[in-house]
Amino acid sequence: MPPIVKIEDLHKIYDSGEVPVHAVRGVSLDIHQKEFLALMGASGSGKSTLMNTLGCLDRPTRGRYLLDGVDVAQLDKNELADIRNQKLGFVFQGFNLLSRTTALENVELPMLYGKRKMSSKQMRERAMHCLEIVGLAKRFDHMPNQLSGGQQQRVAIARALVNEPQVLLADEPTGNLDSKTSIEVMGVFQKLNEQGITIVMVTHELDVAHYCKRNLILRDGVIVRDELVQDRSIAEIELAKLKEAETAAKLLAAGSPAH
Amino acid sequence: MRFFTTLKMALRALRRNTMRSILTALGIIIGVAAVIAMVSIGNGAKAQVQAAIASMGDNLVLVYPGNQSTGGGVRGGAGGATTLLPADAEAVVSNYQESTTPEDNSVIGVSPYVQGRAQVLANGLNWPTQVYGVGPDFPSIRSWRVSDGVFFDDPEVTASAKVAVVGKTIIDNLFPDLEPSQVIGQSIRLFSQGGGGNGANNYGGGGTGGGTPFRIIGVMAPKGFTSNQDQDDVIYIPYTSHMKRISRRTNLSQIYIQAKDEDSVAKVKADVSDLLTQRHSGNTDFTVQDQADITALRTASTDAMTYLLGAIAGVSLVVGGIGIMNIMLVSVTERTREIGIRLALGAHGKDVLTQFLIEAIALSSLGGLVGVALGIGGSIALGNYKGWPVEPSTAAMVIAVGFSAAVGVFFGYYPARKAAQLDPIEALRYE
Repeated sequence: MPPIVKIEDLHKIYDSGEVPVHAVRGVSLDIHQKEFLALMGASGSGKSTLMNTLGCLDRPTRGRYLLDGVDVAQLDKNELADIRNQKLGFVFQGFNLLSRTTALENVELPMLYGKRKMSSKQMRERAMHCLEIVGLAKRFDHMPNQLSGGQQQRVAIARALVNEPQVLLADEPTGNLDSKTSIEVMGVFQKLNEQGITIVMVTHELDVAHYCKRNLILRDGVIVRDELVQDRSIAEIELAKLKEAETAAKLLAAGSPAH
Repeated sequence: MRFFTTLKMALRALRRNTMRSILTALGIIIGVAAVIAMVSIGNGAKAQVQAAIASMGDNLVLVYPGNQSTGGGVRGGAGGATTLLPADAEAVVSNYQESTTPEDNSVIGVSPYVQGRAQVLANGLNWPTQVYGVGPDFPSIRSWRVSDGVFFDDPEVTASAKVAVVGKTIIDNLFPDLEPSQVIGQSIRLFSQGGGGNGANNYGGGGTGGGTPFRIIGVMAPKGFTSNQDQDDVIYIPYTSHMKRISRRTNLSQIYIQAKDEDSVAKVKADVSDLLTQRHSGNTDFTVQDQADITALRTASTDAMTYLLGAIAGVSLVVGGIGIMNIMLVSVTERTREIGIRLALGAHGKDVLTQFLIEAIALSSLGGLVGVALGIGGSIALGNYKGWPVEPSTAAMVIAVGFSAAVGVFFGYYPARKAAQLDPIEALRYE
């Protein structure tokens, strides 16, 4: 089975400043279907640039990027937009939901720009289905500011899923979340991955990366480590542990009369 | 993306900043309201002038003293030149009476016309009014009926008889207790106040009480108001009596001629013009006009005013458009992140362009619609308050709304294109 993402000797040079910045210096990478990959690295390591390239928001200066067999480097702006719409799903660190727009309408958004003509009823059904997957169907009519951070990120995940993408790209999806909500969101990702969705995420938290199947570490624009995760964290188990610890803490608090 | 969805999105974006949207649209609202109000009032004034001229009678040809063909408009009363004489009117009459059969005759009525203000006394009351000296054909030329009594006839004109036909307002003010039929035979005394000719006062011209006594022989049917003027505030006397006894002048203010039908108006104009030129030994020291000429002259200034005010209103529309452009630029900057999200999720530049363009058009068109409503309402209110006639024009409404939509396209395009050309990565990073 051919890899869904195939990158060969990819370079990205930013020419805008006084000195050209060589952000990515020759990355080759194959990502197969059903992989769950974490892209790690310090800031300036080129992981964001690589992510933007993977997300077809930016074109490589040199090298090849085949997404599902299509050479992305050759496409124009509108074709890239269509690829983003049809083959990729985005989850951002800052959620990037449209404010004062309901969860349901946020999820419907990618379908508005899709090529397939759908009735508004069909769109609504699809969006509701995706909200069900992330467990937020009951809150479909809430505005983003009425939802917690974790819930907003789950809406964003539903939005990323709505056009049935080949690859789900997540840029620091847990960056704005506390540890418990982070685990919940990672749980959603693990569940989706089990259903066969390929996920690539950027993170700088080791424990979050531990929920993935494969970790890549970038430094100065090249991959310095590429390994499969041993003894992977499972969100359900971690959540159960967390709950146990909380209960224990509560019992302890109730047991001490000084409080 | 579908148009309806885009429109819904645009309206929602406008509602999100209701106050700002209203203030932005205010420029357009005021511009359109001004245009509509100006056109409504201008049209009303024009229609009023046309109605007034049409109410003068059918197929009229008027002769004024002095050459007024070089623009400037017709001066009411035309008292400036003194070149038009009763003999000219008689010549016109005899000219058409010489025609053998009535069928050949293109003129069906001629009346000299002398105008002057007078103070009229009767029944211990007095009243300032217009006194006109005319001929017996006058009521038929003006299509104006005598409701009680009779109009004076040729012998009375020849004799410069002291007889008068009065309008309803005169009776109301001088004989408040009498019905129109009861004033026939009553006497009134006229004191000239000038207003044309030599304008000399006429105290002691006849009778012991001063002024000239006239006997009322008829009452004109009430006509009401035209051009804000009380049409019934008039007294008609034979032009000979007017010239001899009231105004003491030798020249006419006008000659009224009625052509047989619309087709003969041009011929009558030409005939009269030839005849008078001949009589005045080659001098065209008079002006011959038909109603179309008069309408054109009188509406010319109204038209000019309407165009001028329309141009000013148009400028305010452009200013309103700049306001929209300004706010759309602010909006694009404010919503950079939203644009980034849309682009990242697969929107083409075209989609973003359409979205912002429709927003601008919606803003300006809604402003245009509100402006039309305000303009109509405002002009009707002003019309009621000032007593002006108002005639809203459908064409002006359509054009105003269309123009404001065009303003939206024109001034919305630049900000929308700016939005469409944003780089999604940069836009997403924007704080």
